[in-house]
Amino acid sequence: MQETTANQVAANATSSFTEHLQRQRPELLPFNQLPATALTAQAAAPLQVPHGTTIVALSYAGGVLMAGDRRATMGNVIASRHIEKVFPADQYSVLGIAGTAGIALDITRLFQVELEHYEKIEGTLLSLDGKANRLGAMIRSNLPMAMQGLAAVPLFAGFDRPAGVGRLFSYDVTGGRYEEQEHHSVGSGSMFARGALKKLWRPNLSEQDAVAVAVEALYDAADDDSATGGPDPIRQLWPVVYIVNRTGAVRVPERELAAVAGTIIESRAAAQREA
Amino acid sequence: MTQQFYVSPEQLMKDRADFARKGIARGRSVVVISCRDGIALVAENPSPSLHKIGEIYDKIAFAAVGKYNEFESLRQAGVRYADVRGYSYDREDVTARGLASVYAQSLGAVFTAEQKPFEVELAVAEVGRTRDGDHLYRLTFDGSIADEPGFVVMGGQADKVAEAVEAGWQGELDFAGAIRLALAGLVADKETATLPPSAVEVAVLDRGSESGRGTRRAFRRLDAADVVALLAEEN
Repeated sequence: MQETTANQVAANATSSFTEHLQRQRPELLPFNQLPATALTAQAAAPLQVPHGTTIVALSYAGGVLMAGDRRATMGNVIASRHIEKVFPADQYSVLGIAGTAGIALDITRLFQVELEHYEKIEGTLLSLDGKANRLGAMIRSNLPMAMQGLAAVPLFAGFDRPAGVGRLFSYDVTGGRYEEQEHHSVGSGSMFARGALKKLWRPNLSEQDAVAVAVEALYDAADDDSATGGPDPIRQLWPVVYIVNRTGAVRVPERELAAVAGTIIESRAAAQREA
Repeated sequence: MTQQFYVSPEQLMKDRADFARKGIARGRSVVVISCRDGIALVAENPSPSLHKIGEIYDKIAFAAVGKYNEFESLRQAGVRYADVRGYSYDREDVTARGLASVYAQSLGAVFTAEQKPFEVELAVAEVGRTRDGDHLYRLTFDGSIADEPGFVVMGGQADKVAEAVEAGWQGELDFAGAIRLALAGLVADKETATLPPSAVEVAVLDRGSESGRGTRRAFRRLDAADVVALLAEEN
């Protein structure tokens, strides 16, 4: 086909920041940077880098909520007690990523710019399904790194404004996107968190109850998984919790979380039970 | 074979400049005003979707007059420049001065090298923590750049509009005052006394966006209902 000017203009018009980087500055992308030696080094010991751990998300009466613990581990060492793994993606959605921390943080940053870039170029917000698909494509691009043991797996939650409901999406390392009902969790402590959520979650939870359920699920994950950090009253460290509803995504204030975590610790102490 | 006539460089540039000026003078005006609450951008624009004012980055906005396809391509290039810069360095490293200088270079290159110059005039505005920290840059079709204190008026009858705005401008205006002043300026070249809110496009760069709305993105578009509500507040 003849390359007309109109064809060229149409081919160059993109609202995607990732696509723009791929064409103009591919070296800035968090993926696409696998050194040639890494492919042959597969048999060697896995790279020692910080890993983020447990993220939980659940729906409640007004929308969805996402919470993450504050620990990053490197082998048997605690790499960070302060790391934050849940972020606002844009005004109406949040994401949390478990896995290799460096890659997770860069994918988050790229995803945030991707959504804002689309909004500025097009003048409208991307649909929630559109956002979920873009995130899936980014995780898929990271597959070569994931094969080397540097995987990052997100959990995505947002408020679908046309439908008026909060929705949850989980992913696998190949970028597969799955819509989840009620609640979901990812990361090393996710099995224990999921068990807790199954018992604690009820339909139509209020906002306060939903925060308490999420913090308690993380407490249970930290109880059994050494890579998940529980609430830390000594350092005054609490999970990061974001609520997404019709008015947008907001972070739950620290003092509220301190009170919720305090109540859970007290009730567990009062019960005097082993498990 | 036809004879190639000699045209002096002076004449060539003058012809190009006259061509661009004619194109810009046909358009309707845009007013950008720095005030106490931030920066107000007001454009006469009957279309609710083909914008003349746009968000570039956290604290930076763009306003233009002239040919839509030309300034729209510049706006998109500006968004790409700012996003790439902010992504590769840090968000606070994106400044209006850097963006304006890239715009100046592109406009200058198009003016001298392309078949026809861009028939556009741009304003790049950056809101600071205080009014002294605000920056307003005006860019013309040939790549000239000017740092304007207080306000910028561009487009059709810019002289008359600028006169009206200058008479009423002061740094202590709030958004309602600045928008009212811009609307009064925009009718200076017309017979009617007021513009309906549906005939203007209004946006603001909010100085207190972090404390007031909890977002670092200062840009906010005001629709006709918002403008009516804001102007009614004061009366």
